[in-house]
Amino acid sequence: MVDLVAKSPCDGLLPVSHGAAMLDEVLPEAITSVALLGGSDADATKALADALGLGFPATNRFEGSDGVKIVSIGPGKAFVLGRPVAIDGAACTDQSDAWAVMALEGGDARAVLARLCPADLRDGEFDVGHAAQTLLGHMTCTMIRTGAERYEILVFRSMAQTAVHELERAMRSVAALG
Amino acid sequence: MRLEGRGLIDRTREVAFTFDGRRYSGHPGDTLASALLANDVRLVARSFKYHRPRGVFGAGSEEPNALVTVGRGAAQTPNTRATVQELFEGLEVVSQNRWPTLERDVMSVNDLAGPFLSAGFYYKTFMWPQAFWEKLYEPIIRRAAGLGALSGEPDTAHYDKAFAHCDLLVVGSGPAGLMAALVAARAGADVILAEEDSRLGGRLLAEDERIGAKSGVGWVEDVRGELGNFPNVRIMTRTTVTGAYDQGTYGALERVALHLADPGDAPLETFWRIVAKRCVLAAGALERPIAFADNDRPGIMSAAAVRAYLHRWGVAPGKLVTVFGNNDDAHRTARDLAAAGVKIAGLIDSRRDVSVADGDFPVFSGGEVTGTAGRRGLREIKIRHSGGERSIWTDCLAVSGGWNPTVHLTCHMNGRPVWDDGLAAFIPAEGAVPGMTPVGAARGVFSTAGCLEDGARAGQAAAEALGLAVSAVDIPGGDDTPFAFEPKWRVPGRRRAWLDFQNDVTVKDVELAAKENFRSVEHMKRYTTQGMAPDQGKNSNIGALAVLADATGRAIPETGTTTYRPPFVPVSLSAMGAGARGKGFAPERFTTSHSATVARGAPMIEAGLWYRPSYFPAIEGEFWREACDREVAMVRNHVGICDVSTLGKVDIQGPDAGAFLDFVYTNMFSTLKVGRVRYGLMLREDGHVMDDGTTARLGDAHFVMTTTTAAAGQVMQHLEFVHQCLRPDLRVRIMSVTEQWAQFAVAGPKARDLLNDVLDTPIDGESWPFMACGAVTVAGVPGRLFRISFSGEHAYEVAVPARYGDTLFRHLLSLAESMGGGPYGMEALNVLRIEKGFITHSEIHGRVTAFDIGMERMISAKKDCIGKSAAARPGLVDPDRERLVGLKPVGSVRQITAGAHLFNKDDPATRAHDQGYITSVGWSPTLESYLGLGFLRRGPERVGEVVRMVDHLRDVETLCEVCDPVFFDPEGGRVRG
Amino acid sequence: MRLDCPHCGKRDRREFTYRGDALALLRPDPGAEAAAWDDYLHNRDNPAGLTRELWYHDPCGTWAVVERDTLTHHVAGSQAAAEADR
Repeated sequence: MVDLVAKSPCDGLLPVSHGAAMLDEVLPEAITSVALLGGSDADATKALADALGLGFPATNRFEGSDGVKIVSIGPGKAFVLGRPVAIDGAACTDQSDAWAVMALEGGDARAVLARLCPADLRDGEFDVGHAAQTLLGHMTCTMIRTGAERYEILVFRSMAQTAVHELERAMRSVAALG
Repeated sequence: MRLEGRGLIDRTREVAFTFDGRRYSGHPGDTLASALLANDVRLVARSFKYHRPRGVFGAGSEEPNALVTVGRGAAQTPNTRATVQELFEGLEVVSQNRWPTLERDVMSVNDLAGPFLSAGFYYKTFMWPQAFWEKLYEPIIRRAAGLGALSGEPDTAHYDKAFAHCDLLVVGSGPAGLMAALVAARAGADVILAEEDSRLGGRLLAEDERIGAKSGVGWVEDVRGELGNFPNVRIMTRTTVTGAYDQGTYGALERVALHLADPGDAPLETFWRIVAKRCVLAAGALERPIAFADNDRPGIMSAAAVRAYLHRWGVAPGKLVTVFGNNDDAHRTARDLAAAGVKIAGLIDSRRDVSVADGDFPVFSGGEVTGTAGRRGLREIKIRHSGGERSIWTDCLAVSGGWNPTVHLTCHMNGRPVWDDGLAAFIPAEGAVPGMTPVGAARGVFSTAGCLEDGARAGQAAAEALGLAVSAVDIPGGDDTPFAFEPKWRVPGRRRAWLDFQNDVTVKDVELAAKENFRSVEHMKRYTTQGMAPDQGKNSNIGALAVLADATGRAIPETGTTTYRPPFVPVSLSAMGAGARGKGFAPERFTTSHSATVARGAPMIEAGLWYRPSYFPAIEGEFWREACDREVAMVRNHVGICDVSTLGKVDIQGPDAGAFLDFVYTNMFSTLKVGRVRYGLMLREDGHVMDDGTTARLGDAHFVMTTTTAAAGQVMQHLEFVHQCLRPDLRVRIMSVTEQWAQFAVAGPKARDLLNDVLDTPIDGESWPFMACGAVTVAGVPGRLFRISFSGEHAYEVAVPARYGDTLFRHLLSLAESMGGGPYGMEALNVLRIEKGFITHSEIHGRVTAFDIGMERMISAKKDCIGKSAAARPGLVDPDRERLVGLKPVGSVRQITAGAHLFNKDDPATRAHDQGYITSVGWSPTLESYLGLGFLRRGPERVGEVVRMVDHLRDVETLCEVCDPVFFDPEGGRVRG
Repeated sequence: MRLDCPHCGKRDRREFTYRGDALALLRPDPGAEAAAWDDYLHNRDNPAGLTRELWYHDPCGTWAVVERDTLTHHVAGSQAAAEADR
């Protein structure tokens, strides 16, 4: 019988580092989209809290830390990163293989993102714990700020090469500006 | 000529550069213009139309004359303003629009023909014969007139674009801009200070002034130091704000590395989109010239520029300077030059009875310049004054006609500037751009003291509007001499007097336009090309307007104003499109089978953003048709593997999921059994087909829809529209899962045998009949299996989480090859589906209805659905419509082509007789014929008829037999096998 | 240009897709007259002034009803289409 080998979305592409920015792949154990169905949302969020120990995130925010995170991605929609989850009263869909998850870290990280993302990422507008559905170049993405100088970015798995290319191009530019 | 001991340049270092091949030297801090003037190079360009000798006129981005080409080869940049280009070691510059040399330019004969080359000349002269315009006249004119040329090679340099956000954007860093930035920054506002120049200071760098107890430059350095210490301030030099757009968005061009000999990885330019809650426009003012006879010779310059060269660069633009003006800045120019030891041959003031207190030079009040002489540079001027007429020898004439506030950005959102009679200038209209406050010279406040106060006030107001507290503001003192002047636009005379230097437009041209009834300023502009050169008439528009007003007997405000549009300065397309070349043009989407596919030498084709294999050559160099025929036969006889992961997959869950699908599809899905798949047809609300695909029911409240590859995004948006906008009452959620699954078609008589080597639990016909679906495990990995077919063969699609796609694909291929099969690409997939009459977006191209493709019975009578009402309109079910048919060549030419049109056999092949068209064609190795799908009027009624096919583009014509679209296995026995 | 996503807040125009007049929310009954369907599908006013129109915020999948002045591009407000007045 064949042994199916798992390949990560950014296999062979990362890490890369230029100037004060480093880009690496993050591999959450699982990614599940949770979409509240209306009607019994209170029960669903309670079930979620019981399962994860985390509440349903507020708009444009995420909850949790390294182990498990729950990220707001739209009205009544969230991604659970780090642990598989299935609850009643919400549409839960396994997305573990659908996203390339990258961490951009370092003193230049925000300047790098400013070349690709039109959203306002200044302190006070996009702080640690904040999440945004926005663009990375031509790609839609989920972006969260996990540290003062650390961001995690989710793009479609099929676009991993483009995302790395775009980010690396921006990293080189920012590094050259010193 | 460089003056000792002056200027903000580093005299300890030399910077070598070349101009037209000759070596020169300047200093760090020089622009190309200041270095050329320091080297006494006066002739730097030839004019656009008349090839008149031209020299440096100004000192900023508005420069009309000194356009040069910088760099060589692919990196050559034409029309670079010498006044903006900073000097660097090894800079190579050549002049433009001359042949063979700048000094001896053959085309300068145009100047002798000047009287004939006035406005409208081309339209009046080159009229007959009409055909000559495109072939003869225009190419010749284009060669004779013009500015610099592009290299014709791709620009390989690196450019960037970027986004920035701030509370307050300050445009310009003169005294007003600096005060605004300082006050707001101290209050804690997030400030971006954008300055077009390489250093902060604005006019303070160009004048000899004091602010408080400091020199102007010293005060600027103090402020720069303080601003630099604020974490909430970002100083962007070399950055021109080029446009004001909606909701506080501004475009800005940063010249990041154009001043560097070796930019390394840095971009040459970055185009910024700055979003600002408030904006202070401190863009200053531009000095205007005065039109007089032959006022365009090298050596005739803006007086403000002459002071800038003196104070900032320590350069005297002439040895014997004259000054002509209508205001006190002319006096200041003469005084400053004299103080620096430059000889002043005369100050000509158009105002009567003026005197200069401490001037040691002749003053001619009530005077005007009536003519100039000097072939390649100014030698002599003629003046008329209250005491008579005379000539003066001079090599530099500094001209000051007053100031035009730089109102451009205030007009970008439809604001019209208003005329201020006292200033004889246009000033910004109140509230022209929401959130923007013009300050200082940009709104007609010309004294330094006034600018400092105005800037501080605006900075405070901006901070307060942002909810920040402002502590007491101390405003340093500055020169508060009121600006004294009398309007003077032109000196009457018979010789040509230039308004627009860059486009060679003279006073006469504007008067001619008025005479020929182009009285509207917009008409005059287009007739004469006034203000339509790259400088957009920054020096000349108001002067031209004054001449037009005079010629039409109106006041200036009645005559109009020009419309300023973005960009404020030319922006290279490379900067605006930065990053969009090559891989940056659009995202590339790769399937998990991509590397295995490429390794097999398969040529890839784009399908939307995805890359899919065209065919898999069995041996190197196999022709695509051979490969395609082989792959089709492989699927029909053995088994083929194809990556179908690119099809859109949409997870639809919720108690109302069935009802939702009933509403978006024409047919019923709420009745579909769990574990079964159904083909669905989706209409647009206007009754035309949007998309098709299969939807599987995985649970009571759980469906997975597939869409075509091309329409996946559109369908997703449509589903959200239907849910949120039309049926928010339905408890359903929609989530794309396209990326989650690697999905492969396994098609052919041996498909099940192959799968049973892969699946942990073998399947049979009973447990997995046609259109069954469900969970399976593949080598221990949970996956999904769908028994569906797009080839008409016994086929399945097997899906595993994408991480396993690469290994599974390779494994499926090796199994298939051991059974006489292998991978197949898009070409074979297309032939297989044409043989079966299956449609793709070639057929459902947006203009066809369910009726047209023979699926009208799929619109369920039991329920409403999107598009149902419109689809029933008589025009959409007219039997005379073009409807889907199969086509087979039967004429002497055995080829049919997609895109060809159909005609009745004996009709001429003209549009009036058009009967339909062909959408898809392929060579069927199975049936040994070309097969086509197409649309034919009353098609289904005409099966068996022979029609004429004409492809006017490829020049192919044949006769076709009209067939049922299903050519192969019409009973569908194979798919159930 | 910037628009308000009812979920995400103020965002650059490039994150949105335009659809047209918010009239699209008012789908006629299936049995409505042909003229009602014609109006719904095809006939639109072209006002110089305030409009209500539909924009799709692609990154979060929210349909928004945006009030915009066609003369000034001033955006007066935005509402989730699912909750908008009909």
